[in-house]
This record gives sequence, C-alpha cells and structure tokens, in this order.
Amino acid sequence: MKEEILRDVERAVLTLNVNGEPAQLLVPVHKTLLEVLREDMQLTGTKHGCELGECGTCTVLIDGKPHLSCLVLPIQVEGRAITTVEGMASGSDLDPLQTAFAEIGAAQCGYCTPGILLSARSLLEENPRPSRGEIKEALAGNLCRCTGYTKIVEAIELAAGRMA
Amino acid sequence: MLRLPRFKYLRPRSAREAAGMAAEKGARAMFVAGGTDLYPKLKRRQFEVDTLIGLDFLGHDIRNGSTECVIDAGVTLSAASRDSHLKGGFGGYAEAAGLVSSPPLRNAGTIGGNLCVDTRCNYYDMTYEWRKAAGFCMKKDGDICLVAPSSPRCWAVSSSDTAPMAIALGGVVTLVGLDGERELPVSALYRDDGIEYMAKRPDEVVTSLRLRAEPGLRSAYVKLRRRGSIDFPIAGAAVAARMEGDTIAACRIVLSAVASYPLDAEAACTFLKGRRLDRETVQEAAELAAKPAKPLDNADLSHFWRKRMVRVVVEQALERLSDQPGGFDS
Repeated sequence: MKEEILRDVERAVLTLNVNGEPAQLLVPVHKTLLEVLREDMQLTGTKHGCELGECGTCTVLIDGKPHLSCLVLPIQVEGRAITTVEGMASGSDLDPLQTAFAEIGAAQCGYCTPGILLSARSLLEENPRPSRGEIKEALAGNLCRCTGYTKIVEAIELAAGRMA
Repeated sequence: MLRLPRFKYLRPRSAREAAGMAAEKGARAMFVAGGTDLYPKLKRRQFEVDTLIGLDFLGHDIRNGSTECVIDAGVTLSAASRDSHLKGGFGGYAEAAGLVSSPPLRNAGTIGGNLCVDTRCNYYDMTYEWRKAAGFCMKKDGDICLVAPSSPRCWAVSSSDTAPMAIALGGVVTLVGLDGERELPVSALYRDDGIEYMAKRPDEVVTSLRLRAEPGLRSAYVKLRRRGSIDFPIAGAAVAARMEGDTIAACRIVLSAVASYPLDAEAACTFLKGRRLDRETVQEAAELAAKPAKPLDNADLSHFWRKRMVRVVVEQALERLSDQPGGFDS
C-alpha cells in the first residue's frame, strides 16, 4: 500500500465526447470515468455509490448502452458517445422520462434516480413499448433503497406511452 | 472512497504485442478487457500491479458456420446472451452469458474475461482494511487458508458462469502468447487451486472461443445465487447432451462454484448415456452429479444448503433439456 503512493502518476490527454460535446482533458489514467465526470468536469449528476459495480447509481450511457462509470477508465472510452443525466434534457425541456418521474413521484431520496433514468432511456430507445418484465430486467442493475420500484416502473410505462 | 491504485495503461495493437508486454512486465502487470471484476479487485487491493495491458484490440464478432461458432473474446456478455445463433444452437451458453452479474456489467464484461475470472472467497473478496482486521489469507498477503486453516492449499471458488457451459459444450479457446498461437480445450484451462487457478501461461491472451455444432445438441444452464439480478454463482449446473431421437447419445454435466475449477460430474454422464430423459432418470442422474460437489463455507449462504442444492440445479438443468424440442413427456 505504501509503495503505491510513491509511483509516478501517468497522465493522458483524452478527448471525451460527453453529452454531444467534445471535452479535452488531462487526467491520471487510473481515475475512473465517474471520478473524471464529477471531479474534472463537475458533472455531479452521476452519483457515487458502492464504487464496486453493485449499486448502479453511477450508470451512464456509452454508445447508448448502460455502463457503470465507477468501473470504466476514460482511456477505454475515448471517442465513444458518453451520456450522463445532464444530457437528457434539451434546454429547459425535460426528457419525457424525467417528466414522468416528477409527475408520478418516482423518487424519494433521489440518489439512484440519474442511473435509473439512463437505464430506462436506453431501454426505451431499443424497445419503445417494453413489458413490465422487460422494464424490471433492464433495471436489474440499479438499486433503489427507498421506493420499492413500483412508482419507478409506473413512470417508465407512462413515459413509454407518451413517447410512442 | 475506494480509489484505483496508480498504474500505467498500455495499449497494444495485437495479442502478440500484448503477450510481449506481459512477458516483459511479469507479475506486476495484468490484462484488462471489460474490467468489471478486475477494477473492484484493484480497488480492494486484492491485486497488486503497476501496469494494466488493455485488450481493446480483441475482436467483437460472432462467426456462425455450419459446423461451429467462433466467438471473439472481446464479445460482451450481453451481445453473446442476445445472439440469435447462440440462442438457437448453444442455448445453454447464451443463458449462462445472460446470467452473469447485472445488465450494465454484461454490457462491459467480455466472454474472454468471464473465462478468466478470478476465483472468489468470503475471506478474500473484501476491502484491504477488512482483510487486515480479520487476518490476511494465503491468496493475498497471508499464509494460511482461513476457510480450512490446516489445509496447505487455497480453496477459493471458481465463479465463472460461462466456463462450465463452454466445457460442457466441448469448447476450445485460442490462446496467443510469445510462442505463437495454440488451441486448448476449455476443460484444460483450469487447475484445482484457488490461487493458480488458470493453466494458461501468464503471457497468453484468450482471443476466441470455438463451439462445435452437432445434430441433436441441447444445452441448459441453471444458476443459484442470493440476488437473481446480480450475484456471482454459489452453485450451478451446465448440461449439454447430444440426443439421438429421445435417447442421450452423449452428455456432459459441469458444476459451477463448488470447487476451485469447473467440476465435471462424470458418473452422472456415464449413467445417462443411452437412456431416455424421463423423470426417474433425471432424479437419479442429479443425485450422482451432486456427489463430487463438496462446497466449503467460503461463499454466500450455508455450504450445507449449497451442497443440497447442487442436486436441485442439476435436476432443473436436465429438465430444461427435456423442455427443448423432442423432450420427454412428463
């Protein structure tokens, strides 16, 4: 452990495509995408949870598919499209999923919400009218400790209905 | 916060170049593909390396031929679980890939990575601070096995879902190392040791998996875990059988998560050969298959219960074979 902090930090200049905008960054290669988004880009909508790939609260989309940003190195996703919760709304227009979550009250503490919104966005892009079982399967990697999921699933169904 | 340790990240353009880098760096370097198991273990300081060698060059194709299917090692588990040819011809393999961890991790994890995934143990898969407080084990930083203190070896558990299924299907991996390319049956890829669990050389990269199609081939995988959405297996059964009419011409049953390597249930396969898959046969075969499984108290839930459940998962997997076209009528 002690020897670790004596090692040189390797840094790389990376161009990350986040929410449709290229960002050039000088980052240590051992920083995770979650850390870079939050600490270097101030995109704090992506939440810090278990950091071990179990809770899903740090979910972002990479080329449209949900990934856990706590287990992704930025150097591995250079040039790929990264979407965070900040990229869901366009201007003042919320994504239909965000509107549905707000209307139904599909959040209590809200900590898991960004990750769940992005998993749901990916699902609806691939399958615009998912069954309840398909919604549950798509959210299987996102833990919510407050709501019990009922309103979350209802909000996704409401958004899917409006988007169809 | 759990931060990754400082490391250098190398980006080879081919498996041969990666093998050269691994040979040069030795034990201080590791390959990384999806990283879904490696990064948590680096954060918990279970691995101590200063260099990662990225396998981003690995292919992402599934090539379907009339007699075989070749899956590039860089294919993600989610892609393998959804591939129509795999689902049709090697259903058990697609099932196993689709049961690994959770959807976002399957979008990153690769089939090559799951074949090489580290063995697990309740005393090992913990943070550095937890392990320091409890006392280190021989797999990392210590010198005894905390599960079986009088044992000279490590009993960490093989935790791959796809490896048992690839073995049951007679899969063969292509390895590329410093000495060139070679093929190895997946069954020869593992050792009965929780620490040195892989038989491939450290410089060798798994570049593809080849599954051979056979007429009458059926397969199924059943996995036991606490949380159906995410956990590693605590027991599992991979079954592949070649049917001639309603009779089993050949069969292989491989158990997951009950030993340090995917465990062949040979007696059950010998028993099944030449028999019809009726209910009594399934039950007797499941009893035989469960006998070699001797889980220890080093994974989730009680190991006594896990032992009892091995028979159940084998029975369920054999029943799943029966449910496929031409199955027995119960």
